[in-house]
This record gives sequence, structure tokens and C-alpha cells, in this order.
Amino acid sequence: MFTVVMYILAVIFLIVSFFKDRKKTKMALKKAWKSFENILPAFAGVLALIGLVMTVLTPDIISKIIGANTGFLGMFLTSIIGSITLIPGFVAFPLAATLLQKGAGVMQIAVFISTLMMVGFVTLPLEISYFGKRVAFLRNVLSYIFSFIVALIIGMVVR
Amino acid sequence: MNFIKKYALFIFIMIIDISIFIMDKKLGTKIFISTKNNFLNMLAVIPPIFLLLGLLDTWVPRETIIKLLGEGSGIKGIMLSIFLGSAAAGPLYGAFPVAEVMMKKGAKFSNILIFLGAWSTLKIPMFLFEMTSLGTKFAVTRWIVDVVGIILIAAFIDRIISDEEKKMIYGKYENNRQV
Repeated sequence: MFTVVMYILAVIFLIVSFFKDRKKTKMALKKAWKSFENILPAFAGVLALIGLVMTVLTPDIISKIIGANTGFLGMFLTSIIGSITLIPGFVAFPLAATLLQKGAGVMQIAVFISTLMMVGFVTLPLEISYFGKRVAFLRNVLSYIFSFIVALIIGMVVR
Repeated sequence: MNFIKKYALFIFIMIIDISIFIMDKKLGTKIFISTKNNFLNMLAVIPPIFLLLGLLDTWVPRETIIKLLGEGSGIKGIMLSIFLGSAAAGPLYGAFPVAEVMMKKGAKFSNILIFLGAWSTLKIPMFLFEMTSLGTKFAVTRWIVDVVGIILIAAFIDRIISDEEKKMIYGKYENNRQV
């Protein structure tokens, strides 16, 4: 859905740009290709890494680990899983809902959702190539710590 | 040689994949199928993003971005960064090339970080989906706490990273900049 909108937008803008200024349009295409080419090596590595990790760590295995544990240890485990895996939201939210029904704690689930979105362990090489080591590490570490704060607050609000 | 160095991570993972395949054909096949799907997904999602960024890069003047998101853009710059990030969809790695163009055009570093944070957790389409599966209370609480957290994290990183380091990060994108 989002992709379709993006394609339509891109094509419309491309046509408008083409009629306004052919030279500039050519330059825009060149720039688009160049920035894609620059990032392709890191991208290819990360996509391969995701393919490997996600096959070994299936949602099934994840649900077993979360379901079996509670308390801080459970939160710690879910935070690690959330940081490492890259599950799209439309899979993660229903999974989280099912786990909640099966008796997993709200805080464990909250920390899982939060780290899943904010912390990207497997995409770290890509992030480093854009922003450098320090910024990438800082952003991920701070986001990791922050995920526990979010979880504590959600745990207080949602009963 | 340069090729091997560039694709080091990819080659490394492929070696692991192939070793797994030799030991366990079933698991290995699964890994290759999932990797292939990841590439196909990426190839479906990425082209319009880079195309739009290329157009943005050539058509939007630097002054406009500096005015909207640069030094002295203040609260408005922060709000615009949050809006831009949350209007998006797709995985966080889609935000990186966008951030690159923002840096090229002179957006403030803290606003880049806020944009990344917003993209990672505040996306509106995801938020609507989260409400239906985990409940309004859960989703709304997370959203509000995250807005505060993202701004605090951005401010903190902005403080810790020195001006020279920022110049180095921005400098990577200076060379192919349009004047």
C-alpha cells in the first residue's frame, strides 16, 4: 500500500520534473543511482544477515522464550530478541497480542515492541556507514535503555 | 580486492549460509529462500525512495531546508522532523538515505536524530495497527512517552558528539553537494 503510493508519487514527480527541465531530471536520476550504488554493499550484507537470523530465530521460538519467563529476566530476554530481530509491525503486533493473551507480562511485551522498533543490531553496519560508529552506537544504546523506561511506564498505565 | 572489501559482510554471511547448507540442507534452503525474499522486498520498496530523494536533491534548494530544519529552526524544526518521520512507513533503514539528503542540504544534526527516532517508533500507519492489536491505552502511552524520549535522546547525542565529529559526518556528503 505504502509502496504503491511511493511509486505513484515518484512517477508523477519524475514526469513533472522531466517537462520542467530535462537536464536536471537526468541529474536527479544519476544522483538517485549513485546513492543507491554507494549503499548497496552494506545493504546486501545486512539483508543476508537478516535472512540468516530470522530463519534461525522464528516467531515460534521467540514466543516460547517469552512465554516461559517473567520478571526482569523475561524483560531482558525480550529486549535482546527485540534488538536482534527485525520483524515487521504487521507480524509483531499480532504476535505480541497473542503472547499477552497467553499470559506474558505487559512490560515484557512493551520492551520487546520498543526495542524491535528502536534498536537495530543487524542493521548496525548500515547505520555506521551513514553516521559513523559513535553516533550509531550511542543511538542504539540509549534507545535500548529508553525501551525499559517506556516499558515501566506502560506497565504502570496499562493493567 | 576492493570488491571483496566492500562486500566483506555479505561474503562472510554467505560463507556461513553455505556451511549451514552443507550440514543441514533443509535449514540452509530456508535461509537462502528468506534471503532471496529480503532482496526482492528491498528491490520493490527502495527504487521510488531513491528516485524521490534524487529529485528532492536536485530541485529543493539548500536554503529552504536550512530555513526549515537548520540551525535556528527551533521548535518548528523539531515538530517538522517528528512529522516527517511519523508520516513515513517501512523499516528504519529506509530512513538512512533520507537523512543523508537532509544532511547534505544543511539540516541540523539534532533534527536528523529526531527524524530517525520518529521514523523508528512514531509511524502513524503502524500506530493505528498497534491500537487495534494491543489496545488504545498501550499504543497511546507508548507514543507519548516515545515523543519525549526521542527528543531527549537526540539532545543527549547532540551534546556528546563534538562539532568536529559532526563536521566529519556531514563532510562525507559535502563532496557531491550541489551549490
